[in-house]
Amino acid sequence: MKHQKMKIISRRNILYLIGGVASSALFTKFAIAKPNLALKRIKEISKSKFEEVDLFLDVPEIAENGNQVKVSFDIDSPMTKDEFVKTVYLLADGNPAPNVAKFSFTTDMGACSATTRMRLSKTQNVYLLAEYNNGKFAMTKSKVKVTIGGCGG
Amino acid sequence: MSKIKPRGKVPKKAAMDEIIEIKTLIRHPMHSGRMKDKDGKNIPKRIINKFLVKFNGKQVFGMDLEPSISTNPYIAFPFKAKESGTFDFEWNDDNGDKYTMSRKMDVS
Repeated sequence: MKHQKMKIISRRNILYLIGGVASSALFTKFAIAKPNLALKRIKEISKSKFEEVDLFLDVPEIAENGNQVKVSFDIDSPMTKDEFVKTVYLLADGNPAPNVAKFSFTTDMGACSATTRMRLSKTQNVYLLAEYNNGKFAMTKSKVKVTIGGCGG
Repeated sequence: MSKIKPRGKVPKKAAMDEIIEIKTLIRHPMHSGRMKDKDGKNIPKRIINKFLVKFNGKQVFGMDLEPSISTNPYIAFPFKAKESGTFDFEWNDDNGDKYTMSRKMDVS
């Protein structure tokens, strides 16, 4: 009897062992897959209250040189005192840091658009998050394929 | 190292309520802190971290820059012409330096 009991326990132990190995394998996979810092940042800024809409974000589909990637955006807004875009965030999920730029707009500008050039270290998504004066957030993203990365190192 | 030199393009004349485009460029290395020099040493982080535009003393546009912005930052933005005045551009460097530039615009 005693012997049999021992056997059962050992079998259970084997099951535990298998489970342990499987879960640790899962965890290492989780650790390798980097969390999306840009999305995390977007959720932090907007407190997860953003809508995914189609804003006009102009980035090239393929960037040959990641050192100079032209980015421009155009958000349809009347830019009057009652309705205007307050802040626009530009983020990238594959760069060492997710933040790229933050634009502060005022009603004096008459339109909500801007152009700049950014670095992209590898193929990744570029995010645009717009904050309206009424506290609403709108987000859009676009994928850029990068041939030669541009973050040094 | 090349001298830091701001440049800007503002139309000299604009019509009332016309939306003009202002283009600026500053020659700056924008060291992200991740690049290495010839000897394999890390170049310390030094970037333009803030860009401000004032029109007749009132702030109209601002931008916070991060290391992900390219060397020689180029920034273009719109502006609605309502009155004649002067634009004051200001770039803030990590090392505390400020680079400024002024441009005049006539509105008819």
